[in-house]
Order: sequence, then C-alpha cells, then structure tokens
Amino acid sequence: MVNQLGRNLAQMLKGGVIMDVVNAEHAKIAEKAGAVAVMALERVPSDIRAAGGVARMSDPTKIKEIQKSVTIPVMAKCRIGHFVEAQVLEFLKVDFVDESEVLTPADEEFHIDKTKFEVPFVCGCRDLGEALRRIEEGAAMIRTKGEPGTGNIVEAVRHIRAVNKGIDELKTLLKQKKSVKLREKAKEYRVSYDLVLQVAKLGRLPVVNFAAGGIATPADAALCMQLGVDGVFVGSGIFKSDDPVKMAKAIVDATAHFNDPSKIAKASENLGEAMKGLEISTLETKMAARGI
Amino acid sequence: MKSQKTVGILAFHGDVIEHIEATKNASKNLHLNIEVVPVRTKEIIHTLDALIIPGGESTTLHKLCEREGMWEKMKQIKNIFGTCAGAIMLSNQVFHKTHDQKTLELMDIEIDRNAYGRQTESFEKDIKTSLGDIHAVFIRAPRIIKVKKDVMILARNDGEIIACEQKINKNYYLAVCFHPELTSTIFHEYFIKKVYQI
Repeated sequence: MVNQLGRNLAQMLKGGVIMDVVNAEHAKIAEKAGAVAVMALERVPSDIRAAGGVARMSDPTKIKEIQKSVTIPVMAKCRIGHFVEAQVLEFLKVDFVDESEVLTPADEEFHIDKTKFEVPFVCGCRDLGEALRRIEEGAAMIRTKGEPGTGNIVEAVRHIRAVNKGIDELKTLLKQKKSVKLREKAKEYRVSYDLVLQVAKLGRLPVVNFAAGGIATPADAALCMQLGVDGVFVGSGIFKSDDPVKMAKAIVDATAHFNDPSKIAKASENLGEAMKGLEISTLETKMAARGI
Repeated sequence: MKSQKTVGILAFHGDVIEHIEATKNASKNLHLNIEVVPVRTKEIIHTLDALIIPGGESTTLHKLCEREGMWEKMKQIKNIFGTCAGAIMLSNQVFHKTHDQKTLELMDIEIDRNAYGRQTESFEKDIKTSLGDIHAVFIRAPRIIKVKKDVMILARNDGEIIACEQKINKNYYLAVCFHPELTSTIFHEYFIKKVYQI
C-alpha cells in the first residue's frame, strides 16, 4: 500500500535542507538556519566512521530531547532491515524513518517491509533499480546514498546521474513503444512492470528524491539541486565545519537560490573551513555499498 | 489594471510545483491567460496581481523571505492565498511558533501550528466547503482557532475552521489549513476569480 500521506509530507519538504543533529543545541541551530527538518542521531556519519564498531538506532532519550527542542519535523535512522528499531521510532512518533546505510545493516537480504508502518520511510539508493525496489517496499521518499561522512560530493553526483539516466532510458523505451524492453527492465530491477511504466510516464520517480552523502558546501547543495534533486540532506557537512551556524544558513540559502550564482557566491563567503573531506579510494568502509 | 495577468508562487521551498500546476489548470478552466511565475526575489513583487504561499515549513519560508529583503514588500501585495504554512504566514497570531518566527499579520485569524501532532496524526478526508466538495489532505496541519467577525468561513472540519477569507479595504486574503493544490483546482479558481473580480 502506498503511504500517500508520507509522500505528501515529503512534497512539503521540497527545496529544503534536512540537517543531521546530535542534540537539542544542534537542532535549534538547524531550525534557526532555516532547515525544513532535522535528522536525530547519536553521531554524525564522519564520527561513526571514526568510531568504528556497530552503529545502531539512537537512544530514545536523545530523540525525545530533539523533538522537544524544535517545531520542524524530526526524522531518525534505523538500521537496514531492522524493523524493530523502526517500530520503536514509530512509537516515538518521529515524522520520518530513515532506513539508513550510515548505520550497520541488520539484514543483508531484506530491507524493512515499509508497507506495514504508518510512519513514512526515506531510503537511500545508488541507481534507479535500488530506488524502485525501495519504493515498491513502501518508501515514501528517496535520497541518494552518496558516501556519508566524507564531505566528498562525487558519489552523490554519481548516484543522482545514475537515477536520472535510468529514468531517461525508461522514457525513451516508452516513447519508442518498446513494451517488451520495459518488461525486461522491470525484471532487471526486480520490481513490478506497473512501477516501471509509471516512472516512464511521469519522467521522474513517483516520490520526492533528495541528495545525501557528502554535501559539505553551499555550492555542493546547489550542484545537486541543479542536477535535478528535490532537496538535500546534510550530515557531517554542517557540524564538522568551522562555523556551523554560518554554514547551516549558507547551505539553506544556496539550496533555495540554487539557480542564482550571485546568491550562491554570497552564501559561500567567509564560511571558514568546510569539513575536512576524504578521498573515496582511501575509505575502509563504503557505506553506500550497504543494502541491495 | 495592466493587461498581462500575473500570479506569483512563493518558490523557495515547499509544494511549489503543485501550486504552479493547480494555478495553471485553474486559469485554463476559467479561460484566462495568466502568467504563473515562481517568486524568489524582491524585484518581481511589484509585478504581481497576487501571490500564493505554498505548504512547507513556515519558519523556513519566513527566514528566506526576510533574508531576501522582501518581507515588508510582501505585505503590499493586494491578494494573497496561503495553504498550510501559507495560512500561518497570513495570520496575525500563531501558537507554537519558534521564538524568532514572524508572520505577515494580514488576516485577523489566530492559528495553532502542528495542531494535530506529528506526521502519524496527518490525515485525509472528504469535506464539504462553500466552494464545493473536496478531498482534503492535512499534513502536520495547523488549526485556525479564532477569527474576527469580518472573516468569512469557507469550510469546517468537525466544527473547526479549516478555510476562511477576509477582505480588508481593497485587499483580499484566503487561508486554508489543508492542501487543495494536491487534489483540486476549486480553491485556485475561486482565488483567481476574486483577484480579477469575475
């Protein structure tokens, strides 16, 4: 069953920035900067990388503390396939659950059956097939995986382009009336023909699609927007920068004015150091490879 | 009135595309030639006959308008239609706002933000309005808790006001707690008719 209300909430977030926060103080900074929602978690992805070990759902106390501190929607992450963590988050009345590769996966074969929940889910993807599998499992919103905690935009760009390319292919096949090929695509992506056909007709995903994983500057956010995503998640990029208050506001401004270089230039002035980035080839853990 | 009819949609964030589509469809249904423009800068405000403020986060919309330096100019726009966050922006008093949040204070209504609770309390429902029946989608919706007597009520849900309008001198404002742009064009048609007095 389609979580239509969840899809609708995601529509209201479009054009906005969703920020990772680890406490009430961060959450207030995010809200003040103009974030449209916050993602409550115990550690930002770059600290999860540094800490190693198993990363899990946050302590409920932390989530409640953040819920009390802001009026904008509060999201929280559970492990891939960990439907009990998702049940807990639903009980806590978070506004969106992120079934996230940033945490250590709990199930290598199955993602959560999201149709069983009232709370909507957002899930990561690297390409169209992954996006469609998540949508068919009930995700009400999609984001690219990127490579979380790196401050390196290259993977998010790769994933945005891969989704766009996949959609273009489906559009072309529909235009050329190649329904056999469209059926083959459905098989390749392991999803229903109906969903493939819907995407081919719409020329986009049937849910909102944000960028995530590696956004560290206002220009990074605007780049993703110009590539066609509906909004951005910023994880470590804000609170691992020199001046989180300024960086948060700058990324909000650049996302709202993503087509206006003069505004992006202004937003980029005097921000201090952005988070120190990581080269993808040096990573021990590639979070984006988690999930199927 | 100038010859080209122009309606702006505040386009920083929220369900902007849905409002653009609904406005275009409404103007088509009314056989009018209206230019529908996204509004992100203060420079184009004076060209607008009307502005529509979409659903989204009212805190974010307020901040982006202020940073763009368009806040005071927006108050000069003669016709404004706000849905959800947009209705909050029109109100003269808001409960559960953030401490630095301002509204345009154009309508004599008091409104409660996120009045129904969090996302799991969001709902959809067929309701009757004085403009006709509509499938109404409420997403973390606000609730209008008080209106002054010259505010006309257009729809109620379980007794609560969910859509209303106010004419103040030559200005016209329309506030709706749900999202008509997702399911219908009747509110957009009604608004356009008021704006162009047809």
